[in-house]
Amino acid sequence: MPTKSFDPLKIRADFPLLSRTMNGRPLVYLDSAATTQKPNAVIEALSNFYRESNANIHRGVYPLAEAATALYENTRTKVAEFIKSPSSQNVIFTRNTTESINLVAHSWGRKFLKEGDEILITDFEHHANIVPWYQLSKEKGVKLKSVPITNDGQLDMAAFDRLLTPRVKLVAVTALSNVLGVRPPLQKIILMAHQNKSLVLVDGAQSVPHEPTDVAHMDCDFLAFSAHKMLGPTGVGVLWVRPEILDTMDPFMGGGEMISTVKLDTITWADAPLKFEAGTPNYADVAAFSVALDYLTHIGMETVRQHEKTLAAYALKRLLERPDITVYGPKILDEQGSAISFNHKIVHAHDVGTILGEEGIAIRVGHHCAQPLMEALHVPATARLSFYVYNTTDDVDAFINGLSKVDQVFGLAKSAI
Amino acid sequence: MGGVEELYREVILDHFKAPRNKGRIDRPDSEADGVNPLCGDQIKITSLLDDTLIKDVKFEGHGCAISQSSASMMTAAVKGKTISEAIELTQRFKHILGVEGGTPHTNGSVDMDELGDLAALEGVKKYPVRIKCALLAWNTLLQNLEQRLKS
Repeated sequence: MPTKSFDPLKIRADFPLLSRTMNGRPLVYLDSAATTQKPNAVIEALSNFYRESNANIHRGVYPLAEAATALYENTRTKVAEFIKSPSSQNVIFTRNTTESINLVAHSWGRKFLKEGDEILITDFEHHANIVPWYQLSKEKGVKLKSVPITNDGQLDMAAFDRLLTPRVKLVAVTALSNVLGVRPPLQKIILMAHQNKSLVLVDGAQSVPHEPTDVAHMDCDFLAFSAHKMLGPTGVGVLWVRPEILDTMDPFMGGGEMISTVKLDTITWADAPLKFEAGTPNYADVAAFSVALDYLTHIGMETVRQHEKTLAAYALKRLLERPDITVYGPKILDEQGSAISFNHKIVHAHDVGTILGEEGIAIRVGHHCAQPLMEALHVPATARLSFYVYNTTDDVDAFINGLSKVDQVFGLAKSAI
Repeated sequence: MGGVEELYREVILDHFKAPRNKGRIDRPDSEADGVNPLCGDQIKITSLLDDTLIKDVKFEGHGCAISQSSASMMTAAVKGKTISEAIELTQRFKHILGVEGGTPHTNGSVDMDELGDLAALEGVKKYPVRIKCALLAWNTLLQNLEQRLKS
């Protein structure tokens, strides 16, 4: 259960955007799986960085540049602590989860995969964990396969077992579906993959912000996630790589900062992590990200998980009570992650989204960058609500009331549904 | 009338609930598929055409109330019209929605009366993201007609 000191209303007061109105109604923000709102502390840290600390990092020797570099590297250390990585040298800053995964495809995949090899993904994946592998498969003659989901929206582990052939060199899997809020059995997947001598990339975009993460315990080989989905600024992604793998990887982009020496006929690379961070990085946002990590650490990630678990179970229960709504996924109250996908039985998700939007309720509608999953669910689109630390059961109630407005606009009497 | 009711006008909901010309023509003279990458909605338009006339046109697919009602209204509006009239109507419809490439009526202003039910879709203008939904059927119609003109 949430700790006694955890009060979402108090948390809410730290987020200026959440107190604004939409069409004269209070904003009900239920789209944190897309991006989270930012607390004052993060907004101020970013603004203060430019006011007081701005200088390009890893270059100047004057105190301002030294201090800016320290702020950047301090975030790297905090990220390592946040995901329980013994070292921060294998924490790479990117622009987002998508770039983190592309980095692996480029720097590891292009170097080590050859024709006839296979990459195994799942039907849960976000396009960010599909398209880079598709591109790589076309380039290298590698086969891309996907593990289907069962009718009740779980990963089909029998199919996983079958598809995990000796040719599979990489399993790329999400820790938490951005659409269904389902957690595939990650530990089992990683264990089976490693027994098969396959590496495992975990897309943690939806898990790292919402629950405790321990890379050593997880035992994955790559972990990718984004700052903006965990109270941090946009434009900062993280890639964690198992150190012994990182040492073997080629650079990602070429440019400044990622080199050791440059002569026109011979260039030597900088050591990781700088080898993978060409050019001036997004150091101001990285510095502010550190404050987001502090904020979450102060609440405690177990508390975050418990709070969202309570909200998700409540929202799921209220949705399942409605005859006009279809909910996708396993629908297990205790196991529902912080995203829930549904459709109105008559009204298309886009119309639901527009009508709720006018009511001040922000949810996501569409294919959620997961078209293969939409195909598996036999729907063109779904509506999705998702939670974070600042949401309350009042938000869920407002959302449920908004659904009645949908029926009203479409002239649907309760008996007709 | 205001707010979201301005978008979901009665005539739009009527076309959504009871779409006209929904289905597929068995041996069409031309067919085209359209997709809205925003929502994954798909549409297929089949038509019977002679040299100048749209003798019949049908649409099938799934989508939101805006895309479905727009498709229904489009088929009702262009059926029996000449190909060049249908293209002109498409340009005028785009103009109402403030879309690039749209052209006003030749006398310089769109005659809303002439557009009939279609005028009800003007409310979409306030929702820029949804304009693509309203245009899906029309752009697919253009593809359908262009294929015929090419062949």
